[in-house]
Amino acid sequence: MHPAFSVIFLTTLIGAGQGLFLALITGQSYSALKLLPSQDSTDFYGMGAVIVLLLLIGGLIASFFHLGHPERAWRSAAMWRTSWLSREVIALPTLMGLVFVYGVMQFMGWDTVLFTSAAGANLQLTMIVGIVGALATFALFLCTGMIYACLKFLQEWHSPLTVINYTLLGTASGFILATAFANHNAPELMNFFGIWAIIITLAAFITRAASLMRNSRIKAKSTMQTALGVRHNKIQQKAMGFMGGSVNTRDFFNHASVLMMRNMKWIFIVLAFIIPLITLWYGMSQADTSWLLAAFLIQYVGLIAERWFFFAQANHPQNLYYQTV
Amino acid sequence: MTQLALIIDLNVCVGCHACVTSCKEWNTSGSAGFMTDENPYGKDPTGTFFNRVQTYEIGEFPSTETLHFPKSCLHCEDPPCVPVCPTGASYKRKEDGIVLVDYDKCIGCRYCSWACPYGAREIDEKQKVMKKCTLCVDRIYDEELPESERKPACVLACPTNARLFGDVHDSESEVSSTIREEGGYQLMPEWGTKPANHYLPRRKTRMHIHEDELQRADNPLKKEERGPRAPVDAPTLDDSTSW
Ligand code: SF4
Ligand code: SF4
Repeated sequence: MHPAFSVIFLTTLIGAGQGLFLALITGQSYSALKLLPSQDSTDFYGMGAVIVLLLLIGGLIASFFHLGHPERAWRSAAMWRTSWLSREVIALPTLMGLVFVYGVMQFMGWDTVLFTSAAGANLQLTMIVGIVGALATFALFLCTGMIYACLKFLQEWHSPLTVINYTLLGTASGFILATAFANHNAPELMNFFGIWAIIITLAAFITRAASLMRNSRIKAKSTMQTALGVRHNKIQQKAMGFMGGSVNTRDFFNHASVLMMRNMKWIFIVLAFIIPLITLWYGMSQADTSWLLAAFLIQYVGLIAERWFFFAQANHPQNLYYQTV
Repeated sequence: MTQLALIIDLNVCVGCHACVTSCKEWNTSGSAGFMTDENPYGKDPTGTFFNRVQTYEIGEFPSTETLHFPKSCLHCEDPPCVPVCPTGASYKRKEDGIVLVDYDKCIGCRYCSWACPYGAREIDEKQKVMKKCTLCVDRIYDEELPESERKPACVLACPTNARLFGDVHDSESEVSSTIREEGGYQLMPEWGTKPANHYLPRRKTRMHIHEDELQRADNPLKKEERGPRAPVDAPTLDDSTSW
């Protein structure tokens, strides 16, 4: 498939936003259980929610560039019963709404303690909104991943690994951002987020490598023989019916050389996993926000490469019909 | 239930592209608006088509044969392109099984074209909506046209009669019996899309002559000789007897 930059930015930006939100909620639930020192609601949770919201809005804006008729985008919530894309269109604004409410509550200090356990753990109002938001975050990861995983003849995508990778990669990027953010606004939490970021990045590395291995062994179900219904081992296209290209030649081929594909794979492995891990570790040991931020940004570039590769690697069966001009 | 469909006979298609041009002509002048063409007379012309004819070579020289292969939306009975559409712009009509796009609802997200394994959907790069074969839904029911012309434009245009149109759910219809009797098949059956359109394979008419058919083993030559005759000068029965 041809990697569309609108979709690449959409998925990477909202992934980072969702991950950061999960990080905030993880931090908050640890402090509710008194496992972590509690943080200032404005400086940390409130500002964190603002960053999450900005990332989600950035993704939303990117997605509009993918549409031919963005002014009709509201229609796309209609078919949630059958379409994962429609479900995503519902899940994204829902999450944005919840993050917004969460942020406002943190800024305004609307944070009644609803319940205190005997051990002194507090259940606060924002925690409830946060947990609902975390559920919406996972729902959104599921929708985003399923948009690709549900297309069964795109065999490279048709696997639970697609959903798992979207979730883990987004979460990893959000947790690295949370580490940098915490170092600046709540230094005591920096190591907590940093260690989680390392664990999640390693987990994402394992699942992404698993999908690379799976995809390298895929045997295409559709062949020239099934595409034309002709039983002969030697079938060659002589003309595709037009000379100037069409949507079929532009949208469904990656237009990348073998060399570029091979390089891109290593580029994303290095930029999304190896360098960020090293930079993150160094930044944590120095407690230096700029290093931590650099880890996030490098990984973000790596994730763009990863997403590019994700699209470019998928081989659509329609390509069988478009081999020769 | 009705399921309208095309049957394409690969045995007689000569690859003349008459169906391609008549399809474009009919559909670009329809109420749904033009079908984009860019650089139609320049370098690298490109545009939206509902129907394409491709050419393949089967086998290796010298024993090759040419296959002309018209390709358009197959109006699948279980169309993967329909449930993925977020707006409901893509739908399959209950009454006749035609898969259509509502151009006023389509947001041009291209997701349905990803979900069609045949590459039958093409986004219109100017109008920014998804387009595909409609089986000429705006002419097959048009009562202003004489009955014989209420068929898709491609079917009417085909000079070799390689395209048949009809209801594949009616077992008695011409298309159904043709599929049954001429070995009609579906494309990429592995995805379970159940295309309504069928293709008829290339069928070669060969004469098989065996050695023993040249020599009639059971037929002694003498049987075919002339029967015995009396010499011309010998008296006939009439000469020697009186009645
Ligand atoms: S051929 Fe493609 S566009 Fe047509 S109904 Fe089947 S899946 Fe949908
Ligand atoms: S391009 Fe149009 S018809 Fe296709 S899935 Fe998107 S909204 Fe539906």
